[in-house]
Amino acid sequence: MKPIVLNQPDTSYLVIGNEAIARGAIEAGVDFCAAYPGNPSSEIMETLASVSKDLNFYAEWSVNEKVALEAATAASFAGLRAITSMKQNGVNVVSDFLTNLTLSGTKGGLVLVTCDDPGGISSTNEEDARPFSKLAEVPMLEPSNPQEALDMTTFAFDLSEEIGSLCIMRSTSRISHSRGNVVFSPLPERKRIPSIDPSNLRNTFPVALKHQTVIEKLETAKKIFETSKFNSYTGSENPELLIITCGTGYLYSREAINLLGLWDKIGLLKLGTTWPLPENLINVNLTKSNNILIVEEVQPFLEDNIKSIYAQNAINLGLKSFFGKSSGHIPKIGELNPDILLNAISKILNIKYQFQDKEYSDKAKNTASNLTPPRELGFCPGCPHRASFFNIKNALKFDARNGFVSGDIGCYTMAIWPTGFKQVNSVHAMGSGVGLASGYGKLHELGFNQPIISVVGDSTFFHAGLPPLINAVYNKSNFLLIVLDNSATAMTGFQPHPGTGINAKGEPTNKINIEDVCNAVGAKVEIVDPFDIDNASKSIYRLLQNENGVRVIIMRRKCALVQRKEGGFPYKVEIDSDKCIGEECGCNRYCTRVFRCPGLIWDKVSGKTKIDTVICVGCGVCAKICPKNAIILKEVKRND
Amino acid sequence: MISDPLNLIITGVGGQGNVLASQILGKALVKSGYLITVGETYGLSQRGGAVLSHIRISKKEKLGPLMPKGLAHIVAGLEPVETLRILPEYGNPNVIVITNSRPVHPLGVIAGELEYPDLDVLKKSIQDLSSKLYWIEATSIAMELGNPIMANIVMLGAIIGTKILPVSSDDILQEIKENFPQNKWEVNEKAFIHGFNLIL
Repeated sequence: MKPIVLNQPDTSYLVIGNEAIARGAIEAGVDFCAAYPGNPSSEIMETLASVSKDLNFYAEWSVNEKVALEAATAASFAGLRAITSMKQNGVNVVSDFLTNLTLSGTKGGLVLVTCDDPGGISSTNEEDARPFSKLAEVPMLEPSNPQEALDMTTFAFDLSEEIGSLCIMRSTSRISHSRGNVVFSPLPERKRIPSIDPSNLRNTFPVALKHQTVIEKLETAKKIFETSKFNSYTGSENPELLIITCGTGYLYSREAINLLGLWDKIGLLKLGTTWPLPENLINVNLTKSNNILIVEEVQPFLEDNIKSIYAQNAINLGLKSFFGKSSGHIPKIGELNPDILLNAISKILNIKYQFQDKEYSDKAKNTASNLTPPRELGFCPGCPHRASFFNIKNALKFDARNGFVSGDIGCYTMAIWPTGFKQVNSVHAMGSGVGLASGYGKLHELGFNQPIISVVGDSTFFHAGLPPLINAVYNKSNFLLIVLDNSATAMTGFQPHPGTGINAKGEPTNKINIEDVCNAVGAKVEIVDPFDIDNASKSIYRLLQNENGVRVIIMRRKCALVQRKEGGFPYKVEIDSDKCIGEECGCNRYCTRVFRCPGLIWDKVSGKTKIDTVICVGCGVCAKICPKNAIILKEVKRND
Repeated sequence: MISDPLNLIITGVGGQGNVLASQILGKALVKSGYLITVGETYGLSQRGGAVLSHIRISKKEKLGPLMPKGLAHIVAGLEPVETLRILPEYGNPNVIVITNSRPVHPLGVIAGELEYPDLDVLKKSIQDLSSKLYWIEATSIAMELGNPIMANIVMLGAIIGTKILPVSSDDILQEIKENFPQNKWEVNEKAFIHGFNLIL
């Protein structure tokens, strides 16, 4: 039995925020869960899927976020409780459906969790999804620690049912991926039976009248939020400075005030209900001080909306100074941390503090600057992508017409860096690499003469690669599509997708072959193994030369991390140091300088390559690229 | 506890298992009645980059997932360059440092574009920046026990061996049982005890 389904009240568990959100949904009696993976949101659905059989509710990994929300909404229309989770980019994908659903309304509790990624730790962008709550006119909650993430999730279902609207919860990386003490509540009996009344129409018409009901729903939410337990005030009743914050900003603010010993001078208003804002509560607190510091991650969402509330009531409140992102006291980019708070508070209150030993940190900086080589991100040892981009690089070089690669989202995004030989020229949204290639591939009619490769992963192909592929075939665009099929949504934790033949519960299902899909839309397909260096490079070169519509190569080879879980690779790799002559080889030190596999070490002392036996997984690709055949493969039966 | 909050950092390279180490430690501390926050970075950083866990221990209140600069009581590193990398930002003259001695070469070093520092120089530099340094052959010990991945459990043993954290070896050994399949209990216990005894 997984701890997340235990029923021991008053016991404190250590769980990550995402597990707490999943537990909150379970405690709310969730019936239907659907999501597409994306860091930092993936563990919510992973946790739910892992216990869905035991607890008898439905869970699926959907093909993309929009379909996930649509599927979850169907359950809500049938009177069930449903949840969907996604990273900030996913909210962009669902936004068209979301802004219509608002007008149509919901029945069973429907919760959308967005996990934003301040600083873009594992994202292509730094985006604040909170403005979507304002745009779509739906209520939003923001937890400040894992326990609150659990409590807010269960509340979000109740609120959604009370007002008949989807409810958003916004987490961030530091909430979703931090572990904290969480106390569980008992699990409910499951009783809901789904049914649809066909005469009860679910649509957006008449639009303006429906919009009026949306406004009324938000007003109801606002009234509820005025007295919500998720909003709290601590500190001086006559503060020199009032801090208004939400999410991670709350704990960082508390710590900064503790360290500075300033609870007698500072008031701290924590908001957990951040759209619509509880106007009266904010007005009451604004009267307490003439200096207001607003602390939040990514965009000045609270800041701008609180200023709007203030403007409406300025005649009664008098002049106030606002500090935050607009004033430069809080950075406009990146994550928050306690030092940003220490810095902002001390600037505003004009006090000096020094918790870090400056002499020590200067000395440490000096020492470390020469002795800590930067650690670039790279493909894992045994990763098929390293071989794929090595093949692409060689084929493009041989083709010699200045060809380039339109990239996409997944582990293979890292091919913008040296680990993928800097082969990827552009990366934007899911599937955009194929869409761009579809456009590049029409430029030949306008005098363009460079060959184009588009790379897309297997999960991304199903998520957003199909419309641009069909567009390209239909409009006779000219490019080579390489599907990097490692049989997993690898970057986010190996979740299944339609090409894997397994569903979220681990049960076998109808496998959808990428080659069948490509053939069906009229794109010619070849399948190659990226580890078969010679054949793969030649296939890419041949199809680059053959410029006739959309050509597809599926580079098929299992993700190395999955392979290792399934018994590992077949080789023990050794260097024949008589054959390896390093710098003198004329090979440009192919294995280390060029191929850059982390399983290899360049030993300057002996002037030869060595194997790092701790890191090498025994995939054997380096042996195929060594011009001197100095890398020896011994077959072994592995069981890592 | 020598301080409330008590701040610990476990650092390493993606794939070395420091998330598991911080999880085992955190769970044992929660069972001992402490309020714990573990701030972790994962996602892209699993792909060969540095992985960092901030572990915050308190009897009084729940803390944020990132500690203020310069306030680490213990820095434990599964890789020596990563250990040094932490010290300018979070170290202080009183910091206790425990580090695994075995390098994981950054890709830039493998490619010959960057230098990996001489280990003796690295050791001395970290020594100069710590009130006490434990320089441990955690990977070698783990390899002798059959798998280099257990270096994280050897390190966990050493962390507990300092007697600074309010948790006993029995608490951790119990937690190891709850986090590993039964056929891995004995070897991980050995790894833990080996690490623990290095500090005595």
